[in-house]
Amino acid sequence: MSALAWFAVLLLTVTSIGLLLARDWRWLIIYLSAQYFGMLILTLQHWPLGMASVKVVAGWMSAAILGMTRSGLPREDRVERSNVLPRGRPFRLFAAAIVLVIVSSVTPRVDVIMADAGFAVTSGSLLLVGMGLLQLAVSNHILRVTVGLMTVLSGFEILYATVEVSVLVAGLLAIINLGLAFVGSYLLVAVNAEEEVEPV
Amino acid sequence: MNAPTIWIVAPAFAAILLFPIRNQRVLSILGGTLTILLALSAQFIPIGEALTFGTSSFKIDDSLSVLGRVLQIRPAEGSLLAIIYGATTLWFFGAEASGTARSIVPYGLLITTFMVASIAVEPFLFAALFIELAILLAIPMLVSLNQVPGRGVVRFFIYQTLAMPFILLSGWLLSGVEASPGDISLAAQAASMLGLGFAFLLAIFPLYNWMPLLIEESSPFIVGFLLWILPTITIIFGAGFLDRYSWLRSSADTITALRFSGLLMIVTGGFWAATQPDLGRMMAYGSVAETGFALVALSLNSRMGIPILFLLLPARALGLAVWSLALTIFKDNDESMRFTAVRGMLRNFPFASAALILASLSASSFPLLAGFPARLALWENLSRLSLGAAIWMGIGIVGLLTGAFRSLAVLGMADEYSTWEIRENWLQGIMLGLGVIGLFILGLFPQILHYFLANLPAMFERLGR
Repeated sequence: MSALAWFAVLLLTVTSIGLLLARDWRWLIIYLSAQYFGMLILTLQHWPLGMASVKVVAGWMSAAILGMTRSGLPREDRVERSNVLPRGRPFRLFAAAIVLVIVSSVTPRVDVIMADAGFAVTSGSLLLVGMGLLQLAVSNHILRVTVGLMTVLSGFEILYATVEVSVLVAGLLAIINLGLAFVGSYLLVAVNAEEEVEPV
Repeated sequence: MNAPTIWIVAPAFAAILLFPIRNQRVLSILGGTLTILLALSAQFIPIGEALTFGTSSFKIDDSLSVLGRVLQIRPAEGSLLAIIYGATTLWFFGAEASGTARSIVPYGLLITTFMVASIAVEPFLFAALFIELAILLAIPMLVSLNQVPGRGVVRFFIYQTLAMPFILLSGWLLSGVEASPGDISLAAQAASMLGLGFAFLLAIFPLYNWMPLLIEESSPFIVGFLLWILPTITIIFGAGFLDRYSWLRSSADTITALRFSGLLMIVTGGFWAATQPDLGRMMAYGSVAETGFALVALSLNSRMGIPILFLLLPARALGLAVWSLALTIFKDNDESMRFTAVRGMLRNFPFASAALILASLSASSFPLLAGFPARLALWENLSRLSLGAAIWMGIGIVGLLTGAFRSLAVLGMADEYSTWEIRENWLQGIMLGLGVIGLFILGLFPQILHYFLANLPAMFERLGR
């Protein structure tokens, strides 16, 4: 079980860095979906399969909502290509490395606070929170902002699952994840609706 | 029958039924009538007591079980529900005049029910989840599908969402502190986490930069509704934390943090309100200062602070409703609320101008207006505890007053030979007129609120006693 948890942490490292570096929205959706699978494995350390699967199902549905919305939009939107400083891949990789260092240094302390949730669970959770915050800090594009918020929430949910086993909370968090995806999709459509009108 | 079904579940279903209605007037009347009925029933129908009608009797239970947790509306919370739904009525009846009924009525009612659910849910820290749901619902209300979302909406979305994890985790840490009260470092971590959560949720300095942006990007009337309901319920939720955790309530650091952040918001809100060349931004900073007043009230001795906190609520609701309606009328006229665009508008929009100035004066604690009694009581009690803090509060109020008088000067600065004409329609005139009368009534006769507010502190077990 522990090896599986560390595999999940590795998966989350790859997906969260991938989310930060990917330029094509299709890769964003693929990484996001894989990230929810990693989240399922870590949640399983403390929750039964039935409840933990709620998270992955809600996450995959959210990814599908975002993917379907983005695929329905006619072309690349202006903001995705805009210059938001800093934006280069080397910088993002460097920032991700700093997040990794911070996560590895604070994990032991947080693990003690969180009633010994387990190193793998704590580090996976903090990794997602850190990478999500980094995503929010370096981009103002709606899809990336939504993915960033979903990443932060995923990290939080992994940690919170170690201390709270409530069906109501699991349900509400699933609704919030879906709500984030719907709001992100709504804002994506709003951004592009204006662009379609503009050239006329 | 139980109270959560009447005041949470049923209005939520009603809100869903309102979505297909496209007629602004019908929506405004239906929404306003429904919320005023909810307000009156919350005030006058006792919860948990048997009511007898002839030979039959019935009782409204106070709780509803949902997935192993409980939504509970206690008898003492009836007046709070009356204030919440009563204030929502102001926005719904004003919705047609502002032209926003199709957004604000269905979404606003759904948001209100989620906020009421956040007060009712047990364990109470799950309130953060309901507040987050309300925030998600606010986005489509703020941005239409053919409008590019600006930075304000995106920041609002991010900041408010980030609050939820902090508050939920802090709730768990706080229960750990209760179990081992001697653990100072755990207490500090829990308090920091809680502080961060509320800093995001209440938009405490410097996290309020989305407010002025949002008011420029969206309808001021809708933003005004959010600037009323979100901080109001969040403050009550925050007071719940103080009520539950005695170590938090008795900690000198908590009191200092509350007072310092409150004064910081009053002073910075006042400073920016005095210096902005934009009427919309002034309302945003006025709202920032209002939240500051509430935080300062929480930092007082709870026996005095809690009644003052509740006294601040109706004035804030009415003031923001009038202020935001007046701003919406200006924005509909010229797409801008900057001084250059509204210069001399007093002669073209006399009702909106007068209402805007009086609402901003009320927020600035001007005598005879709704905001004055609560702020006077707050100032008096604060000065007994710390003269320095009272002086800082005074500086903030001077800033707000400066902003109000600048608005008056700009709106009155018409060309010498321009004529007077009333461009508001009759509905806007009536709504603004009633709002202004309300501001004077609450300012001249604040004792009429006593009937609604007297029992409110009883909703807390320890605060206010």
